[in-house]
Amino acid sequence: MTDWPILSTVTFLPLVGVVLLLLTREDGPHGRRNILNVSLWTTVVTFLVSLLIWIGFDNSNPGFQMVEKHQWLNTGIAYHLGVDGISMLFVILTTFLMPFCVLASWESVEKRIKEYMIAFLLLEVVMIGVFVSLDIVLFYVFFEATLIPMFVIIGVWGGKDRVYASYKFFLYTLLGSVLMMLAIMAMYWQAGTTDITELLKFGFPAGIQTWLWLACFAAFAVKMPMWPVHTWLPDAHVQAPTAGSVILAGVMLKLGGYGFIRFSLAMFPLASDYFAPFVFTLSVLAIIYTSLVAMMQDDIKKLIAYSSVAHMGYVTMGIFAANAQGVQGAIFQMLSHGIVSGALFLCVGVVYDRLHTREIAAYGGLVNNMPKYAVAFMVFTMANVGLPGTSGFVGEFLTIIGVFRANTWVALFAATGVILSASYALWLYRRVIFGALEKESLKGLLDLSTREKIILYPLVVLTIFFGVYPAPVFDATAASVDLLLNNYSAALQAAQKLALVVH
Amino acid sequence: MTAELLITSLQISTPELILAVGALALLMIGVFSGDKSAPTVTGLAAAIMIAAGLWLVFSPMQGEAWGGAFVLDSFSRFMKVIALIGSITAMIMTVGNARSEQLDRFEFPVLLTLATLGMMLLISANDLIALYLGLELMSLALYVVAAINRDSLRSTEAGLKYFVLGALSSGMLLYGMSLVYGFTGNTGFDNIAAVLTAETRSLGVVFGLVFILAGLAFKISAVPFHMWTPDVYEGAPTPVTAFFAAGPKVAAMAIFVRIVTDAFMPVFADWQQVVVFISIASMLLGSFAAIGQKNIKRLMAYSSIGHMGYALVGLASGSETGVSGVALYMLIYMVMTLGTFACIMSMRRKEGAALESVDDLAGLSSTNPFMAVVLTALMFSLAGIPPLAGFFAKYFVFVAAIEAKLYALAIIGVLSSVVGAYYYLRIVKVMWFDAANGEFARTAGELRLVFGISGLFVTAYVLFGGPIGLAAEAAAKAFF
Repeated sequence: MTDWPILSTVTFLPLVGVVLLLLTREDGPHGRRNILNVSLWTTVVTFLVSLLIWIGFDNSNPGFQMVEKHQWLNTGIAYHLGVDGISMLFVILTTFLMPFCVLASWESVEKRIKEYMIAFLLLEVVMIGVFVSLDIVLFYVFFEATLIPMFVIIGVWGGKDRVYASYKFFLYTLLGSVLMMLAIMAMYWQAGTTDITELLKFGFPAGIQTWLWLACFAAFAVKMPMWPVHTWLPDAHVQAPTAGSVILAGVMLKLGGYGFIRFSLAMFPLASDYFAPFVFTLSVLAIIYTSLVAMMQDDIKKLIAYSSVAHMGYVTMGIFAANAQGVQGAIFQMLSHGIVSGALFLCVGVVYDRLHTREIAAYGGLVNNMPKYAVAFMVFTMANVGLPGTSGFVGEFLTIIGVFRANTWVALFAATGVILSASYALWLYRRVIFGALEKESLKGLLDLSTREKIILYPLVVLTIFFGVYPAPVFDATAASVDLLLNNYSAALQAAQKLALVVH
Repeated sequence: MTAELLITSLQISTPELILAVGALALLMIGVFSGDKSAPTVTGLAAAIMIAAGLWLVFSPMQGEAWGGAFVLDSFSRFMKVIALIGSITAMIMTVGNARSEQLDRFEFPVLLTLATLGMMLLISANDLIALYLGLELMSLALYVVAAINRDSLRSTEAGLKYFVLGALSSGMLLYGMSLVYGFTGNTGFDNIAAVLTAETRSLGVVFGLVFILAGLAFKISAVPFHMWTPDVYEGAPTPVTAFFAAGPKVAAMAIFVRIVTDAFMPVFADWQQVVVFISIASMLLGSFAAIGQKNIKRLMAYSSIGHMGYALVGLASGSETGVSGVALYMLIYMVMTLGTFACIMSMRRKEGAALESVDDLAGLSSTNPFMAVVLTALMFSLAGIPPLAGFFAKYFVFVAAIEAKLYALAIIGVLSSVVGAYYYLRIVKVMWFDAANGEFARTAGELRLVFGISGLFVTAYVLFGGPIGLAAEAAAKAFF
């Protein structure tokens, strides 16, 4: 078992599905059925195999595990994979969400189902690749490669303004990440290697850290997205098909957060410390401002998109608080948000498939004829608000504690975000679910179908499970986060000592 | 020159001899059997080029020949092989549409062979005179080829424009050469370098250098000497445009690299600022000017201007990494361009009319999925998005720029690549997001082969690119 390249297997397993899909004919009901089945099985098997990573993962080992390293391109760039406590759960999150995406597209995607599934499977490959790569160039290749399938998904299968949204998504994120590419090159010439494990030990000089930090910040802040570079997200979310929104919110935003932890915080501790107030400011602004914006939306998806930006504010705040609670909370918040926001988009998809509108005003009183849906939606809304007992609470609570230890004022403002999120989420819930069932178009709506139950119920269970018992996540992340923070504070102390010696 | 030296010289320049003798023989065949021999001559011309290429790859001979005017080293070998592949591919691509484009004359393959011979001589030139001869042999053949469709107003206009501007650039080149000769007393690259190292450089040399660079910048179509490119690309018959975009660019870039790194390395600071300027100007113009283009050939012209800017980013660093980056860039760029032109040539209606508008690609993903996928890969690759080959081309030139601390150049470069991504995305958008407005005729087999291979190349480079990168590194070792 030890020699088996499990990470490569999980990363490239969806490609098997792609090959099978290429060999499948699309025409006719049987063709469509086959394509859906192949995609579903591929994603389910990938998820099951990826569970082996969690099972084989040694929680007490803070370093990288299941490492694979091979020559690649003969230029010092290596095909180097590995996971630690920080990245492992993101891999699981990605593989976990994919079957739901396939199920969510079961009926709603009408044209070109084959290309659609191929795009999703390719997207899965590159997203897993981002989390497992231990070479910055390899990381960048995967990080950027996510743009191509997502661009096509939004552009071909999206809503009315899909062209605008897909361009904006592509160019915005490309603009951020090309600057990171230059930072990667500069890191290579500084340290003489592109190996992440080596770079983590390298210790960049203080002056250069600032520039490298800023360049990486440009990439991750756009991806995250942080206020004020978040504007691509609402457009992309609204136009993307349901499954595209799930992946965007569930996984692609986490690429930014993961990058902050892995690169900004771990490799540039001095710059991270220097810029922490700046990040706190942006985070607090994001939490308060986008919550207020969310409250005023007429479009359900847009509302959830803005709430995602607000929740990502907690994540960035927690990461740059740079203490155990903050970072652990940020990781947990990202995982929880991956499940909850994904689930919320799936909930929107359920009613969108029936009524083909996302206008909040078009709904109301659904509790009367869709009770099961109302319950599921309520659980996710509560998790989004951060109600104790749901997974949303744990992450928000920890990040606020973490930031409280770093800066009390930031914690104060961030906490107001909890109230704001309660107001927009509950108001949304009231307008969609409660009230009298008056609109004619709504009266004929059926409750959840079997397929939709299969999609939503497991997510309900997970949301509550991790809200009550978050330990499995913390057990996995604790050792790696401790190591990261020890290195971080050691670097800061060394710099302080140096400063004292100079004076 | 002793007999021994002569034999060595002949052996080193055998590929050129094959091409020269072959071109003459083909001309005879054509003259004596008339226009209907065009397909045969085309086939034979390709065979001759392949023979020259095989000789180049497998012959161990290396070194200077003809009294130092000609040099075959790892760099010229690498670039010659690329240029030959480009010429062969472009020539094969002309076969299917030769009749409708009025290219079914035997002179056409003969001229292409002569142009290729000019490229080979140019790449190997190690002396100002040899450089000029090679460049003119290539250019004169190309002027005629651009106007080969003499019944077409656009084609003759393109040929004339190319000729007038090309003659201007040759004049500037010659003027620069005479200045350099006057101030250093030499025409051989090595001797010029020796003189420049020994003495403090005089202003006259810098003048001469700038004129030489201007003349060469014409040939690679770098800003501000790019004006001919869009018109010639648009006006010339599409197979000819494909030919222009491949070999000649490679050859001109090769001699650009050789002359600055061999002859003018002692005055690095002087030419570096020129290269940095034309690089930035080309990248910016290539990105912004292409946005409004509706004709896909014109769009590709601006794209090529931009790409020459990116290749020059590597050269601006003046290091081994930089030169190997340029070599790799030219290879990858040529493959992408030929693939794209193969797609453009496949854009014709069933009635036979060739199409050139970007909007004619609408809905290609549903009418011809294979071509759409390939063209999409090529467009993302041209835009430099990983994991496609175009990303690695850009990566290695920018790595060199960062190493040389050319931060401003690198930042402007990557930002303009984002702007450039916009118009590549537009083509993808037209193919995938828009509704189809008519199907294309069946694609000719050889075109399908060319764009298939080039699509495979850009997608599989990430897996198998290692040896190619090593070859480019070995090529750059010739100078350092």
